[in-house]
Amino acid sequence: MAYRWKNDLSLADITPKSVYLNRRQILAGTAGLGAIGLAGGAQAQDALEPNTLEEIRSYNNYYEFGTGKEDPAQNAHNLDTSDWSVKVDGLVDNPGDYALADLLDGLSVEERIYRFRCVEAWSMVVPWNGIELADILSKVGVQETAKYVAFETVVQPDNMIGVQRRVLDFPYVEGLRLDEAMHPLTIMATGLYDEPLANQNGAPIRLVVPWKYGFKSIKSIVRITLTDQEPPTSWNKANAREYGFYSNVNPTVDHPRWSQATERLIGGGLFAGRQDTLMFNGYPEVASLYEGMDLSVDI
Amino acid sequence: MSIVDRLNQSLRKIPTWTIYIVGTAWVVWLFYLAATNRMGPEPINALEREYGELGLKLIVLGLMVTPLRKFTGLNLMKFRRAIGVTAFFVVLAHFLVWALLDVGTIGRGWTEIVKRPYVTVGMASFVMLIPLALTSNNLSIRKLGGATWRKLHKLTYPVALFAVVHYLWLVKGFQIEPFVYLILVIVLLALRQSLPNWRATSAKRTA
Ligand code: HEM
Repeated sequence: MAYRWKNDLSLADITPKSVYLNRRQILAGTAGLGAIGLAGGAQAQDALEPNTLEEIRSYNNYYEFGTGKEDPAQNAHNLDTSDWSVKVDGLVDNPGDYALADLLDGLSVEERIYRFRCVEAWSMVVPWNGIELADILSKVGVQETAKYVAFETVVQPDNMIGVQRRVLDFPYVEGLRLDEAMHPLTIMATGLYDEPLANQNGAPIRLVVPWKYGFKSIKSIVRITLTDQEPPTSWNKANAREYGFYSNVNPTVDHPRWSQATERLIGGGLFAGRQDTLMFNGYPEVASLYEGMDLSVDI
Repeated sequence: MSIVDRLNQSLRKIPTWTIYIVGTAWVVWLFYLAATNRMGPEPINALEREYGELGLKLIVLGLMVTPLRKFTGLNLMKFRRAIGVTAFFVVLAHFLVWALLDVGTIGRGWTEIVKRPYVTVGMASFVMLIPLALTSNNLSIRKLGGATWRKLHKLTYPVALFAVVHYLWLVKGFQIEPFVYLILVIVLLALRQSLPNWRATSAKRTA
């Protein structure tokens, strides 16, 4: 099941690691070369230029560690990721508490360079290392009656300042429709830039759904539940009018607080301005999942 | 001599233009940090927020001058105008970052002002600050007459309230800071409004 979606460019193809960790400028110059000849449905894929590791690690929303963009980088070192296990339950053939290594054993880790678009109208480009969620789900055996996948983030109150402050109703929960979860673009990331995930990026394992707003891509997952009911999601519980279950990136449907037509690309500096936001964040291949739905209603 | 007296004495030696110099230097310094990528990887929003928060702090500080004198004897009266005018310029910088560096086009800006309640409220606050800044000089006081001028400058109250509502409305989830400002502003406004009445009524009651 792996390798069903192809990057137009792979970092390793282009630049030695020591260079790309610090120098996105070099990538900028050679990205076009890497893109030639490789397949890829997404538009403007060849223009993708990953943000630096430093940027990806220092500008985060992870409210368990505070609401400021720098807070997670400062506070997330307290997260205890040793002996991580993921509880898999609900409508599955092989439920249980899986040690992370066992859950991922035998599955292939791929590099996926994705746009990442936050509902706050900023965006990044991230070179993830991850496993297709579909592979994990096949491994645990999804039962026929399952229609949705629910996810839950770890809660370590003593290590998470935002949990103590009750910024949201923790644990953070998210969910996908099963067909969204099975889509080849949907991955469970365990690293980026070929390094293990930093805690503030959702170590040791997180969801990445590149055509949805960033808050759907739930971090530091400890539980995966297959259900036949649409599962509750944290931001929808906090403010149903502003955050829908689907939360697909859609420049034509505004969030009440932020225009979604444009975005600020991280790393451009003070004078970079905004760029246009693409439908489904530039992944039109997912459009068929929503055929017959009115995306201005089912937000 | 009490600490307050001593403080007041040293404050008297500080010229009011210090506020303008420090205010300007602070605004320029923040801009410099943002322009040289020292304000995190996303300097546009970071700078916007720095100016917004500084503006709100100055507005609140301006509101504190009278109660501070009344309750502690600390006299910042001679700085009040400078604090207010500096607040206006900081909010102007906040607005300009938003208009020129963030939304970028007039069309988008107008849509934001009309469509986003938190921007509408912030804009209202900013617009009310304009006549206050324009009349913060002796000539205006003379021309308008003290009573009219004082009435006009009561606009400070809705300015502060709208600014706090703006802040409350723009944060996500439950966050403490805007509520701290809300309580501060409510207390400061209440101190001005109801205290004399309360005194008067309690005086009546005891009489
Ligand atoms: C008296 C007037 C105003 C005050 C005191 C004020 C204050 C603030 C404060 C305290 C913040 C949040 C800072 C933080 O999170 O640390 C903020 C953010 C913001 N303000 Fe204002 N503001 C005012 C007027 C305006 C106006 C006129 C506009 C635009 C027309 C505006 C647009 C914004 C925007 C876009 C943000 C950032 C929102 C975000 O990050 O999502 N503000 N302001």
